[in-house]
Amino acid sequence: MNRLTMFGLVVVAVMAFAALFAPFIVKHDPGSIDLQNGLMPPSAGHIMGTDSLGRDLFSRMVFGARISLSVGFVAVGISVVAGVLFGSVAGYYGGWIDSAISRFIDIMLCFPTFFLILATIAVLGPSIWNIMVIIGLTSWMGVARLIRAEILSLKEREFVEAARAVGASDFRIITRHLIPNGIGPVLVSATLGVAGAILTESGLSFLGLGVQPPVPSWGNILTEAKSTLGIAWWITVFPGLAILITVLGYNLLGEGLREHFNPHRKQ
Amino acid sequence: MVNYILKRLMGMVPVLIGITLITFFVIHLSPGKPTRLQAEMSPKISLEAREKLDKLYGLDKPVHIQYWEWVKRLMRLDLGKSFVDERPVSEKIGERIPITITINVLSLALIFLAAVPIGITSAVREGSAYDRISTVFVFIGFAMPTFWLALLLMSLFGVQLGWLPISGIKSIDFEDYNLVEKIFDLIRHLALPVFVSAFAGLAGISRYMRTSMLEILNKDFVRTARAKGLPERDVIYKHALRNALLPIVTIIGLSVPGLIGGSVIFESIYAIPGMGKLFYDSVMARDYPVIMGVLFIGAVLTLIGNLIADVMYAYVDPRIRVSGR
Repeated sequence: MNRLTMFGLVVVAVMAFAALFAPFIVKHDPGSIDLQNGLMPPSAGHIMGTDSLGRDLFSRMVFGARISLSVGFVAVGISVVAGVLFGSVAGYYGGWIDSAISRFIDIMLCFPTFFLILATIAVLGPSIWNIMVIIGLTSWMGVARLIRAEILSLKEREFVEAARAVGASDFRIITRHLIPNGIGPVLVSATLGVAGAILTESGLSFLGLGVQPPVPSWGNILTEAKSTLGIAWWITVFPGLAILITVLGYNLLGEGLREHFNPHRKQ
Repeated sequence: MVNYILKRLMGMVPVLIGITLITFFVIHLSPGKPTRLQAEMSPKISLEAREKLDKLYGLDKPVHIQYWEWVKRLMRLDLGKSFVDERPVSEKIGERIPITITINVLSLALIFLAAVPIGITSAVREGSAYDRISTVFVFIGFAMPTFWLALLLMSLFGVQLGWLPISGIKSIDFEDYNLVEKIFDLIRHLALPVFVSAFAGLAGISRYMRTSMLEILNKDFVRTARAKGLPERDVIYKHALRNALLPIVTIIGLSVPGLIGGSVIFESIYAIPGMGKLFYDSVMARDYPVIMGVLFIGAVLTLIGNLIADVMYAYVDPRIRVSGR
């Protein structure tokens, strides 16, 4: 494992730890308002300072990790399930089913994803559940193409024929014989997908169309940064760094996994 | 070549139909009718008025008829009227599109001009310190939240140093400037938005350029060129580069939807009156006709971007043109 992958793994582990044990890490309630101490720079009491309502920024960041990671994981879960479903059906059955699904993927890819997400949010309203589902349902196309390609190349192989000869059903062949073979690339794409989903969520929340205050997310903490630009650097710097480092971590881990699953890698 | 373009245009028709279906479907996802929200804004509105509103927008008809009527109007480039100011949507989008396209074309140019040399040099010097530094830069570029980068640059160049304006595309007294001052003013206003919009693409494309170049440098014809004693310069810039650039044309075409989608973020941060800002404002105001219009136009622009990329590819690579007949 190279150093960059190691870095990615450490970042992912630290963030997951922060998200899981958030209440045990922070000293302050992320929601407790203390107007007397608004916009205080970092100090021993508030290691990342406070926001304009006097809330402890570090606590909000740690609880924000919870929100950002949950959105990332659930959204990617949805996109992997949808992608594997569409991709395996298209690859296995071929013919008009394949053409229909492939066309559908082409059409979905024509939409600027951010536009599609915002339009859906305009209709359904912003909430943490809605953005999980919407990000998931607008990002499955890559996984579908991966699985489809994998199954296309595998379905004529002997082991599939053997399975068919002993009377295995289509469902069994797809789920037990074909999908497990394509799981490597999907895992890579899911890891990179978490990074993408975290970026999308933070962008949406920053614009006020994602996670709604007072629930803290790294993106919606940054909403306040625009009005405190030049007054309170800590509100701009810390949440942005958290997003950058976390996304970097998932990307590096994903690249490491890609190397690991790549059959042509240099020994 | 003409045949090839015609063939590609024909292939776009089903995709275009699909785009209208998805656009229509997304807006009709809501459990209520779009006018319900507009009516909720003013609770005093009576049931009768509400029905009148439904009739005005044709919402009393079955969904498939509504879709058909929407498509019929779409073919006449009639995108309906905005809920907010009653102006035709096509007019509102029309006056915003040039700004967004200008910024995107400028950032594509910037991406191309910067990413290609970075990619080539890191491929040629694979494993060197330069290569490793540019790799780190690429990963940071991938992970950078654009809105945060926009805020940081705004804070540095706009607030701390005061070098660049932080909002809009021209100064208040723009009309009084002479031509040179006007151009300079536009450059000052567009510098940050174009840079922010190009940043993520820069990382991605330079990475692709590096991979593509590395692949080509291992090909037999490159070895032949070296073997016959050509200077390394000619081998790289004449033989390898031309081939390595081919996939980049496609990748740049594929990056169009990302750029257009990203315009929402930097246009709303820098208060640029483009399509992204229009979209953001209409999402905030639940202005469905405008949302539908921008969504549709955004997808069509992507389609056009892909077409241009394919045609360019066919132009630079004769193999495609011939087999594409």
